[in-house]
Amino acid sequence: MAQYTNYILVCGGTGCRASQSEQIIENLKAAVDQYGLEDTQVIRTGCFGFCEKGPVVKMIPDNTFYVQVQPSDADEIVREHLVKGRKVERLLYVNPETHELVPDSKHIGFYKKQLRIALRNCGFINPENIDEYIARDGYVALGKALVEMTPEEVIKEIMDSGLRGRGGGGFPTGLKWQITRKVQAPQKYVVCNADEGDPGAFMDRSILEGDPHSIVEAMAINGYCTGASKGLVYIRAEYPLAVERLKIAIRQAKEYGLLGENIFGTDFSFDIEIRYGAGAFVCGEETALIHSMEGLRGEATVKPPFPSEHGYKGCPTNVNNVETYANIPVILLRGAKWFSSIGTEKSKGTKVFALAGKVNNVGLIEVPMGTTLREVIFGIGGGIKDGKKFKAVQTGGPSGGCLTEKHLDLPIDYDNLLSAGSMMGSGGMIVMDEDDCMVAMAKFYLDFTVEESCGKCAPCRIGNKRLHEILQKITSGNGTEDDLTRLRNLATVIKDTALCGLGQTSPNPVLSTMDNFYDEYLAHVREHRCPSHQCRELTQYFINPEKCKGCTLCARVCPVHAITGDRKIPHIIDPQSCIRCGTCMEKCKFGAIYVH
Amino acid sequence: MNEIHLPKTKVAELHAICAERNNDPGELINILHAAQGLFGYLPPEVQQVIATELNIPVSRVYGVVTFYSFFTMTPKGKYPISVCLGTACYVRGAEKVLEEMQRQLEIKVGETTPDGLFSLDCLRCVGACGLAPVVMIGGKVYGRVTPEKVRDILSDYYLKEQ
Repeated sequence: MAQYTNYILVCGGTGCRASQSEQIIENLKAAVDQYGLEDTQVIRTGCFGFCEKGPVVKMIPDNTFYVQVQPSDADEIVREHLVKGRKVERLLYVNPETHELVPDSKHIGFYKKQLRIALRNCGFINPENIDEYIARDGYVALGKALVEMTPEEVIKEIMDSGLRGRGGGGFPTGLKWQITRKVQAPQKYVVCNADEGDPGAFMDRSILEGDPHSIVEAMAINGYCTGASKGLVYIRAEYPLAVERLKIAIRQAKEYGLLGENIFGTDFSFDIEIRYGAGAFVCGEETALIHSMEGLRGEATVKPPFPSEHGYKGCPTNVNNVETYANIPVILLRGAKWFSSIGTEKSKGTKVFALAGKVNNVGLIEVPMGTTLREVIFGIGGGIKDGKKFKAVQTGGPSGGCLTEKHLDLPIDYDNLLSAGSMMGSGGMIVMDEDDCMVAMAKFYLDFTVEESCGKCAPCRIGNKRLHEILQKITSGNGTEDDLTRLRNLATVIKDTALCGLGQTSPNPVLSTMDNFYDEYLAHVREHRCPSHQCRELTQYFINPEKCKGCTLCARVCPVHAITGDRKIPHIIDPQSCIRCGTCMEKCKFGAIYVH
Repeated sequence: MNEIHLPKTKVAELHAICAERNNDPGELINILHAAQGLFGYLPPEVQQVIATELNIPVSRVYGVVTFYSFFTMTPKGKYPISVCLGTACYVRGAEKVLEEMQRQLEIKVGETTPDGLFSLDCLRCVGACGLAPVVMIGGKVYGRVTPEKVRDILSDYYLKEQ
């Protein structure tokens, strides 16, 4: 077997692949061959998390971190870094504050403040190679559970760790396992919910792409504890790469005897199958997910009975989310005491967030519970893009709410976010700046909910549609103050009466923006004005004749030819044909175009 | 309803798809995935065949097809375009990109161009939020798309066709 001393890790996550990381890997391999470097191995890993600067290439052992690498850089990296021993400075990360080059990943602000437990292997190992997972203590926890511990002991360890469901609800994981264990039935199931539907959250996908074996291992442990011999992964068909890597992981685990009959020589047998989702947000809800796995429409049903009693095919079923599973092996290896020492009083451990929107460092991050929003957005996230002003952050996706400046020093945990009018959700975190209209934002989320409502209960099916219509009326400048009262009343009724988690939380974006940005709503209905100039019907573009030099650029870029004027003579925008796309304003070099 | 006559060989393949899964109604979604892979879309005739094979009412098949956004009853273009309207893409201007796409292609979301080259859809998050706004054409992901870039992106495909 070849002995390697140098490793080149290349991110093979979806984001970096979209920026040609596969080609980079090929070119690196070719260069390594060309220079005859037999001690160097090129490895395609899972997501590094630092998507903003992708594609990312990391050199081991010295941790040099190259960012925004192009396929044409491969030769230089190998020649300079490995053959000549010099770093390729132009590809190093530049500290945005000091403008200094950062030599390795340990000194990058984005990583310094993170604690990676669920993402421990993402970006370190080749997810398609079980040996690399095993080399990082993979499947040791499963062995320990099966050989040294009783199911009750494992459940107690998970309970003591304080781990709560990472999919949104925050239900204590150990307790859930215990409930399923106590139900007597000839057949039980454990399910991994990988139907990541929150637009803007991609942690589950990254874990499955970067560390699929940790899910396989944790599901087997879950099966041992709850008495299930069968595991099902419900995964979005829109995640082809995650599906592929999971399939490989399951196959390898079977080959190694880590899935199948009599695992580790015990009488425990366990097998995993994959079920595909087909694009329905509501299927993230347990009962809807189970119906979908049964080949039905993914409609939610009233609980109780809970899936732990009456789930898939009527059998007791334990459903956990991907990120929850990813924590299980570590807890068993390092102990409940260690895990519960991290985080806040009622929320233990870490949480993965997909940080996106108007923030400098878009990416996947993991921080201890109790970290403040400020540390996440300004510390790790590097602040707001283009030096603009922070306005709000939406956590919890379409079920969550907007948090504002005054919440920035709030320690993030399940309960704090709830009492602030938002929720943890699956961990989407979308940052908005001064250009974003909060009324339009609420409408955007309602758009989503209206489309994704399963239609089973009237409050969600009809109520959300009416909410959306009122918001449409307000954003087009036809709203009145009565509409605001109506909006709030209806939102409250939906929250109280809808059948499942989707409906009960769908008015949250409306209510939280009304609570925090009521003045914006008022501006829309009283003055028929959108303070952020985002609602098209309420804005109009003008050209300042004193500043316009008549360069004709705006007329040329206007997609609908709404701008007219001769060379060197101030131009005019025809408000009738203008579609308010803002292209002219972006392009004007003289700042002559303004919006009202 | 337009008359669609399925080629016999494909019907045989569809039967095989159902049989592989023991004609089990619980496998309906997996069967639909496979059928859509085979035909590119799920026209009423395909749904009828599946319903007969699984011995369930066609209404149930139709109910599932229309419930999930991944399934479609209209044929997609040779180059299916999906504009990501996830939140991260939305706040970075995906709506404007979508509008420009509609204008350039002269079709609306959910439609296919008369020449069958392009179809236009929205999707919710491909998870490449670092590249927002994102457009997918076939399997290829375009990142940091602006309305101005739309014409260039499309013209690559037009050139390829000539």
